[in-house]
Amino acid sequence: MEKAVSTNALTKKFGSFIATNAITFDVAQGEIFGFLGANGAGKTTAMRMLCGLLKPTSGEASVAGFDVYRQSEKIKQNIGYMSQRFSLYEDLTVRENIRFYGGIYGLRRADIPAKTDQILQKLGIESVADSLVASLPLGWKQKLSFSVALIHEPRIVFLDEPTGGVDPITRRQFWDLIYEAAHGGTTVFVTTHYMDEAEYCHRVSIMVDGVMKALDTPAGLKTAYNVDSMDAVFQILARGTSTK
Amino acid sequence: MNRFIAFVKKEFFHILRDRRTLLILFGLPLAQVLLFGFALTNEIKNAKIAILDNDKSQHSQQITNKLLASGYFQLQENLRSNHDIERAFRKGNIKLAVVFPTGFTANYEHGRSTQIQLLADASEQNTAISLTNYATAIIRDYTAERNPNAQPPLTIDVRSRMVFNPELKGAFVFVPGVMAMVLLLVSALMTSVTIARERETGTLEVLMVSPLTQGQILLGKVVPYLLLSFVNGCIIIALGVFVLHVPLNGSLLLLLSETLLFIFLALSIGIFISSLVDTQLVAMFASLMAMLLPTIFLSGFIFPIESMPKPLQIISNIIPAKYFISIVKGIMIKGAGLQYLWQPTAVLIGMSLFFMGLSLRNLKTRLS
Repeated sequence: MEKAVSTNALTKKFGSFIATNAITFDVAQGEIFGFLGANGAGKTTAMRMLCGLLKPTSGEASVAGFDVYRQSEKIKQNIGYMSQRFSLYEDLTVRENIRFYGGIYGLRRADIPAKTDQILQKLGIESVADSLVASLPLGWKQKLSFSVALIHEPRIVFLDEPTGGVDPITRRQFWDLIYEAAHGGTTVFVTTHYMDEAEYCHRVSIMVDGVMKALDTPAGLKTAYNVDSMDAVFQILARGTSTK
Repeated sequence: MNRFIAFVKKEFFHILRDRRTLLILFGLPLAQVLLFGFALTNEIKNAKIAILDNDKSQHSQQITNKLLASGYFQLQENLRSNHDIERAFRKGNIKLAVVFPTGFTANYEHGRSTQIQLLADASEQNTAISLTNYATAIIRDYTAERNPNAQPPLTIDVRSRMVFNPELKGAFVFVPGVMAMVLLLVSALMTSVTIARERETGTLEVLMVSPLTQGQILLGKVVPYLLLSFVNGCIIIALGVFVLHVPLNGSLLLLLSETLLFIFLALSIGIFISSLVDTQLVAMFASLMAMLLPTIFLSGFIFPIESMPKPLQIISNIIPAKYFISIVKGIMIKGAGLQYLWQPTAVLIGMSLFFMGLSLRNLKTRLS
């Protein structure tokens, strides 16, 4: 299968601090790839390098077939991005937000109204289309933010801790959207520190202190470490403690 | 291009949705111009004076009438003795006392040297100087009218004329100053706050990941405020010309172009500030501190640069408003053209490029 993301010894140093240390991995097209790690483990740095926000210190990486050093403009046109703080404008209405992101991602003006209706319908939020985003509940904002990140049908979507601060039911609904996108062929690259979410991913990688300590399917990891939950796997790798 | 238009449109939504922004944008200039134009004026009208006429004669009476008819002075009281002078000043209700000595008329008519004493309350030194100057001029005028042919030998006759502003109107100074202040404040404050807000909410990150280039993001932030500030500038010029009667002797086109240039500079400074700070609050304070205070104190707007201590005079050279004020004065009041104003214009262009370049670089490194 074609690779959506491919890295080889990708490294980023800030002065003498090594944020990500020679990480090497591939992500297949249509895969849901989980990127796990404690705060400061280097997962945000790695993601920012892949999004073209940060120049790597050394190593190689390509996203959607484009090189991160030389073709970051091309990469930007082929990826979607949702930050942990959503990325919607609270003083704009739902419709205006959709129109704005459609506009900056280069959708044709004539296509935007149809696209807007499609998103509103899918999320079942037609009734609040002309309300300010500030007035929406958190879960709706998250779903809208995700749909907006997919508005230009990117090959890969990067989600940086997308489910922070919402209840498990809303989180479950959010993952339904992620599955739907992956089913349509979009690669989903997601960072999280919720271990129940790690179970939903096709494959997960676990970062500890800038190093990629493990990379496998959730089932594979649980077998390898002989535990029954991702949480236990993470405990063993990240904290060096064993629950065996 | 469509991307850019979508971005600019979004900026307009932000501005129009925010009542406070709108109020600052259009209320501030109006209030400032009217406040400075009408309330703060250094012209003197109807200053209260006292007269001590020890001669009580024809000439002393006529000079008194002439002083009072000038409009600068208003008679507060007639004093009877020298002791009263001090008391009147102490009470604080007179600014100037005029003393005619006994035998004033007699000496005057016989061509002997005569004197009139002027006592001014110098606890307000500028007012004191202006008042004695006005009174001296009026009295000199009186003698000149009386003896048109008298040419005392070997005297130097000094005649001064106030060019460009014969009536010494304060608005001539304040309108350019207020214009510089308001434009700088509004433009720099607004842009620095709007970028800091995007940083605070995390949307700036999303914009950086989008296909928009950095140039487009910066320009998209600048364009709406450039337009609004330009409208603002036009309102201030119109108020100055039609309400405060500041002349417009030079080219309106040149004035508007220079205004646009200055707004662009102010916006560049705003972006520069926002590239250094993290929150809207800090951005706001930084803009106020870096813009408002230096502009008021060091641009020559209120305090003349020539009378500042040397170090402050040197610092005043980096205050953008100083150059803009001299340009506006040059165009509106002196009717100067670009051949006289190219120097300050070049400084403004240089400053704009400097700040734009610096903020482009900063924005890049800061996100990394």
